[in-house]
Amino acid sequence: MNTILVADEVTKKFGNHLALNKISLEIPKNSIYGLLGPNGAGKTTLIRIINQITYPDTGKVYFDGQPLQPRHVSMIGYLPEERGLYKSMKVGEQALYLAQLKGLSLSEARTRLKYWFDRLDIGDWWNRKIQELSKGMAQKIQFIVTVLHKPKLLIFDEPFSGFDPINANIIKDEILQLKADGTSIIFSTHRMESVEELCEYIALIHNAEKILDGKLSEIKKAYKNNVFNVGLMANNGEELLQELDGNFSISGSNYDPEEGQLHFRVQLPSEDTRDFLQYVSGRASIHNFVETIPSASDIFIQTVQSKNLHE
Amino acid sequence: MSKLWLIIKREYLAKVRNKSFVIMTFLSPILMVGMIVLIAYLTKVNDSERRVLTILDESVFFDQDFNPTPSTAYVSLRDISLEAAKDSTASLGYYGLLYIPPESTLIKAAEGAVFFSRESPNTAVLAGLEEIFQHRLREQKLKDIGVSEADFATIQNQYELNTATFTGRQSVKGINEIKAIIGGGFGYLIMMFIIIYGGFVMRSVIEEKTSRVIEVIISSVKPFQLMLGKIIGNSLAGITQFAIWIVSAGLLLLVVLLIFDIDPTGLGNPTPMPANSLMPTPPSPSGVDTLQQYAEELYRIPWAMLIFFFVVYFLLGYLIYSSIYAAIGAAVDNETDTQQFIFPIILPLMLAIYVGFFSVFNNPHGPIAVGFSLFPLTSPIVMLMRLPGGLGEGGVPVWQLITSLVLLAGTFLGIVWLAAKIYRVGILMYGKKPSYREIFKWLKY
Repeated sequence: MNTILVADEVTKKFGNHLALNKISLEIPKNSIYGLLGPNGAGKTTLIRIINQITYPDTGKVYFDGQPLQPRHVSMIGYLPEERGLYKSMKVGEQALYLAQLKGLSLSEARTRLKYWFDRLDIGDWWNRKIQELSKGMAQKIQFIVTVLHKPKLLIFDEPFSGFDPINANIIKDEILQLKADGTSIIFSTHRMESVEELCEYIALIHNAEKILDGKLSEIKKAYKNNVFNVGLMANNGEELLQELDGNFSISGSNYDPEEGQLHFRVQLPSEDTRDFLQYVSGRASIHNFVETIPSASDIFIQTVQSKNLHE
Repeated sequence: MSKLWLIIKREYLAKVRNKSFVIMTFLSPILMVGMIVLIAYLTKVNDSERRVLTILDESVFFDQDFNPTPSTAYVSLRDISLEAAKDSTASLGYYGLLYIPPESTLIKAAEGAVFFSRESPNTAVLAGLEEIFQHRLREQKLKDIGVSEADFATIQNQYELNTATFTGRQSVKGINEIKAIIGGGFGYLIMMFIIIYGGFVMRSVIEEKTSRVIEVIISSVKPFQLMLGKIIGNSLAGITQFAIWIVSAGLLLLVVLLIFDIDPTGLGNPTPMPANSLMPTPPSPSGVDTLQQYAEELYRIPWAMLIFFFVVYFLLGYLIYSSIYAAIGAAVDNETDTQQFIFPIILPLMLAIYVGFFSVFNNPHGPIAVGFSLFPLTSPIVMLMRLPGGLGEGGVPVWQLITSLVLLAGTFLGIVWLAAKIYRVGILMYGKKPSYREIFKWLKY
């Protein structure tokens, strides 16, 4: 199995509080993996275990096929949710320090920093103190020190919080470039919509349990319920709607007589849309016809609800 | 190892480059020397003030007794009333008026004497006057019972019991106190160092928490490594500061003393002698001998052993306390929350200093002194106060030293382990004001 990281029944308790309950994950190499779930679900604990900041009570973690070892910290880049830098330290000095802590030599760290500072166009910040920089500027430095040692696995906890939209986009592009260069990436967030478009794989964590994981496209396929948004151009909207309602399961309809536009959602019995389209196209011209794909948070809510029902 | 070195280097540089640290480092010796110079100067000014007293002696018994001294001058008034004398004393701005009523006997005259002054008089002035009366009264009473002054002088001798150790060495009185003061100096140094530089460690931990850099760091290094690096780095900065203080304060003091020509030996002895002592204590004939003996005793203090154990107790004691400080820093979110945790740390330190000064002075080998020199949180201070008395026979029994060190080393391991646990959990806790209960729970994480 070509995985960068495997968690095998990882359990972690803090006193009486169960933070992780037998979580098992497989994170494929060179993928973008979303660890999704509400605040307090256990995501950060899991990430801290991967970073060897804390250790599991039971269960094992494998990095690149080997049981997780101290030397692996230099192959992981971690941007924590609670992040910051030494305020009164100069940018360059600080970046060199953090890079050396990750095992880079001084000269190597300096060369790579030069590259990144040029790339993000912040070369003249080298001798400034963090407290003199804006929050967005500091976040750029933070990003650089996270990726500087060319980790095989990058972990971003709440990656885009604190970034303004422009910087968030710059960072997003950089992350995609790193992925293209072969890095595996984990995004952990409770704002599922913010990373959904980037993730190839996801795991949903809720109350210390993994409730769902897998390839996002497959999950979506499994969760889609053949509901389509339909927009028609029709002058006789009212009648048409009544007629359709008799033959299909229609909901959320809305007719604008002035524009002659009719919108509604239709629930089809199967993936096969031909009967419906044939039926409609004989009666009105189709303005749009889009499958509603459930978002990650829809899936999350749906799964949690169905789990609760089963219990 | 190299990561630990990196952390130590960063902590050290961050501390010594800090502006307030630099300012304190260079300002403190100047302030210290300034204070000493100021005190010396004020003492000098104080001494040089000469008081003028007027005397209205209507009995004429004390005609010849009031002789001027460097600090006091006397003006005798005659043939005026008491009221007029008071008025003229006040209007001339003199310090006060001594009135001796016209009595028939010296004793009665002395009993009736009154000293008038604008404010309540200086004790040294009063003591000087009383001395004069006392002297005359004694003379008179001796005459009354028929003893000559010379005979009285022969029976008035000072007696001092000679002391020696069992091994026959002559011992000097008060040497235990001197030894305890030397040991106390070491102990005090340890306490100050712990309080000042333990606080450094704590603030440095809090800074990492509030700036949120902590999780970035511990994704690269072990929390224990970070804690150790912080303690060592900050301590080295502390030692640097201490060394600069001692060297520069010494140099400055020397320069100042040379410039102002102040006799440094006089500084330790500011208590004024009675202003007009008619019976100056004659230098005891054995004075030089005694001084020689003190010097020999001081020389006999096992300095090498003392300094060796100072270093050992200092290191262990400081590491114990600074790791507690680190744990406190990790547990809290900001410095105002530290108060409740700091008091219990300072308590044993203060206890050690006070118990040390009171009971070690009294009896360096008494049960209290022994107990506190064994108890690990106080032993670095109390044991160092006892050690100048020597080790083994006549000094600290070897078993006590070993027990004390073993207990201290054991406690060191235990406390550092506990502190590291609290530290490890605490640094990742944000936005909570922890209670002791909460922290106790962390130990089980």
